[in-house]
Amino acid sequence: MKAKFLSYEEPLIFEISEEGKCAINLPDFDVPEEDIGKDLKRDDIPDFPEVSETEIVRHFTRLSQLNYCVDKGFYPLGSCTMKYNPKINEKIANLEGFTEIHPLYPEKFVQGSLEIIYTLEKLLCEITGMDSFTTAPLAGAHGELTGMLIIRAYHMSKGEGRKKVLIPDSAHGTNPSSAHLSGWIVEEIPSNQYGTVDIEKLKERVDETVSALMLTNPNTLGIFERDIKQIAEILHSKGALLYMDGANLNALIGIAKVGDMGVDVVHTNLHKTFSTPHGGGGPGSGPVGVKKFLEPFLPVPRVEKKDGKYFLNWEKPNSIGRIGGFYGNFLVLVKALAYIISLGYEGLRETAKRAVLNANYIRKKLEALYHVPYKSPTLHEFVCSDKNFQQFNVTTLDVAKRLIDYGLHPPTIYFPLIVHGALMIEPTETEGKRDLDLFVSAMEEIYREAKENPEVLKNAPHITPVGRLDEVLAAKKLVLRWKRK
Amino acid sequence: MKNIYFPSSEKDVKEMLSEIGISSEDELFSSIPEEFRLKKPLELPPPMDELSLFKHFKDISKKNRTDLIPFIGAGAYPHYIPSVVDYLSSRGEFLTPYTPYQPELSQGTLQVIFEYQTLISNLTGMEVSNASLYDGATATAESALMAWRIKKGEKILVSSTLHPFWRETLKTYLKNFSIEIFEIPYREDGRIDLDKAEKLVDEKTFAIIVQSPNFFGVIENLKEVSDFAKGKNILFLVGVSEAISLGLLKPPGEFGADIVFGEAQSFGLPLSFGGPYLGFISSKMDFVRQMPGRIAGETVDRNGKRGFVLTLSTREQHIRREKATSNICTNQAWCALRATIYLETLGRKGLMKLAKLNFSKATYAKGKIGKIQGIRIRFNSPTFNEFVVEFEKPLEPIYEKLEEEGFIAGFPLSKYYKDLKNSVLLCFTEIHSKEIIDRFVEKIGELI
Repeated sequence: MKAKFLSYEEPLIFEISEEGKCAINLPDFDVPEEDIGKDLKRDDIPDFPEVSETEIVRHFTRLSQLNYCVDKGFYPLGSCTMKYNPKINEKIANLEGFTEIHPLYPEKFVQGSLEIIYTLEKLLCEITGMDSFTTAPLAGAHGELTGMLIIRAYHMSKGEGRKKVLIPDSAHGTNPSSAHLSGWIVEEIPSNQYGTVDIEKLKERVDETVSALMLTNPNTLGIFERDIKQIAEILHSKGALLYMDGANLNALIGIAKVGDMGVDVVHTNLHKTFSTPHGGGGPGSGPVGVKKFLEPFLPVPRVEKKDGKYFLNWEKPNSIGRIGGFYGNFLVLVKALAYIISLGYEGLRETAKRAVLNANYIRKKLEALYHVPYKSPTLHEFVCSDKNFQQFNVTTLDVAKRLIDYGLHPPTIYFPLIVHGALMIEPTETEGKRDLDLFVSAMEEIYREAKENPEVLKNAPHITPVGRLDEVLAAKKLVLRWKRK
Repeated sequence: MKNIYFPSSEKDVKEMLSEIGISSEDELFSSIPEEFRLKKPLELPPPMDELSLFKHFKDISKKNRTDLIPFIGAGAYPHYIPSVVDYLSSRGEFLTPYTPYQPELSQGTLQVIFEYQTLISNLTGMEVSNASLYDGATATAESALMAWRIKKGEKILVSSTLHPFWRETLKTYLKNFSIEIFEIPYREDGRIDLDKAEKLVDEKTFAIIVQSPNFFGVIENLKEVSDFAKGKNILFLVGVSEAISLGLLKPPGEFGADIVFGEAQSFGLPLSFGGPYLGFISSKMDFVRQMPGRIAGETVDRNGKRGFVLTLSTREQHIRREKATSNICTNQAWCALRATIYLETLGRKGLMKLAKLNFSKATYAKGKIGKIQGIRIRFNSPTFNEFVVEFEKPLEPIYEKLEEEGFIAGFPLSKYYKDLKNSVLLCFTEIHSKEIIDRFVEKIGELI
């Protein structure tokens, strides 16, 4: 085994497995040992590992050390809001009173859990200015699907078989995908030279066949869609609705309420704005807020309160139905509620301010070397193109990979699609000036390297446990599980 | 209250503002029209210090009852979680990264996904698994849609003993596609009635879904269902809600299943009032391009060294947009990590023993309960760790009396199965000692 800076080349667990080992002693049989019979019983579990507890702990500890994470440093993934995840929220979510509760216990035994859901839904209403929230959606895209199904059910209830959903070309890929999954045809709306929705084009396209527009605000360029109210009016005049993707809500909390902007449905990501950890790809949570007239369509069950007692209400004849197994990613809800309560109004407002300040500071510092194609003011994030790097024959991917050598996580790259070679930078509020300056100087240095020594970028990263990986090979020659040689 | 998550000092903030060329943070929001700016503070509870916050939530958590003994499963199973699972999964390196978009910085997460995919494939007897789905209910819907993409059609047959909540979720997802769901009733022995399926199947049918062990805990005859599906040339989908059963039972893959999906909460995830849990999906390799969600694959770096990446991304929403196989983006990666630690800790022998322990406890309880006058075991088919009991007398008063004794006596079935009056689905796992089972059974006997 080779080790470099105490980071190990860790084999797959299957490669260190030896027959007869076990990492836990299970209780003995205190009832007669029963045999289910050979027709039903499996003979063996092929290639299942057998290791000791020491080996398990070292295996996962070493694997963990191959990861970069927010706890380690700056993570400016645009539109992902990789803010610091407060530890007290973890401690709270680990309380036995939350973890040891079966979802099908009678309501009288789970008043605490129901209170959490009820309170969080109410607070999200206050923060966004919507009338009603459901915390059942299990991630952002699941929230989008829920929201679009609500809009579908609304139009159906009016006997209208509208066909289309309009989506700006700057939107995240989940938007068209969620719209499609809800049964709509998707049509793209171009952005104008300011990076916002082209109102004239929108007017031409909105008619009685349009069910909704899915708008991200601030959009994926970090630009606030100033005309949002007018957009809502254009849609409403033809009976269509405005869906807002609230992935970027971190720029607005405590500053403005989307409910005041003509938005009919919004989803928010608790694993972005409300600080719950992303876990390397989930669990997330994507609560959906609606205006009063859409409340009957929210998924069941609803958590309601009567005579001081919380209960689950299933009697919602117009509901879109159930969208998942139980009541959402409950422990994620606990963490988000703890976050909101710990900060309060001033804290949340300050959060948005600092997030926007940090992004604008970086933008200001980098603009000379990194081309920012849309000049409009930006909020919590901004997007550069690869324009200034083309002359050196260096790509956005090269820049991103080189950043790793500076000990930093790269920004989101090649998104949004409307910016060539996009680098989408979102620092969040939980980074200090010192970290921002480190990032800025790394980016400046990389520009200089691109000019003088582009090879060092092309071969980056140099300091990681593995070098740049062959993704084409991975997709061509599929190896998706370990197999005994 | 100070915001302790801001590392910049007041002096830093002033410097940054002056660098930008503005005098106050409010100017940063000039692009938001005045009419939208908040005119009055949000009405939120006052902020709390850490100690008060902890106490506040501890008080709320105490309004949940943790002192009851759950003899209830029905899609969420009480199991013991080995200490290493909590210990290792709470490491910040696992908890606080994003989806592994930059593989060179994410080899830990990616290798874990690769190991997870191997474990799930081997457990279900299938060739390939994805990185995770949200939960068993949404995995049902994703599997049905995957089957529909593979083999176009208009009808899907679904066993009525597929978890009721999964069937409801499936309905929600399929509502806007031209796919009709036909529910196949169960026979007197609690297994799917294939004679009824025979009457419903036609050339427009593209798949059949069964759950095994089914919602009643009954182990289906997968050979029969498979023969039926193959005979009709439709896809054969198997759902699993109690994943521990895979340690004891022949895997669905051995019976020729095309897609195996389900809920893996039993693999190291606490009950947590329903989430976060872990949806899984595995299939034959031929269908991998129709699979939803993330998949990790092995490759090499530029020096030929082994590494892992997310692959087949041309299926996914960020590339394919509305033509993607699913809209899923964030999934349940951290839950899959816990499942991986759990399964590797138990290992081959451990998982098989644990599954047998579950089966033996339930068999013991079933034998004892079956002897009580006034109660009958509803179905005579083999069961895993759950089974249905029917009371001659009204269930409610007995159920409430058992609650007073500290027992949650299973999941009452009449709301979801009209013909199963005064019946409950009971669950027994390794957490129930013989002594506790005896006490529970004795108490039922007294109350009848």
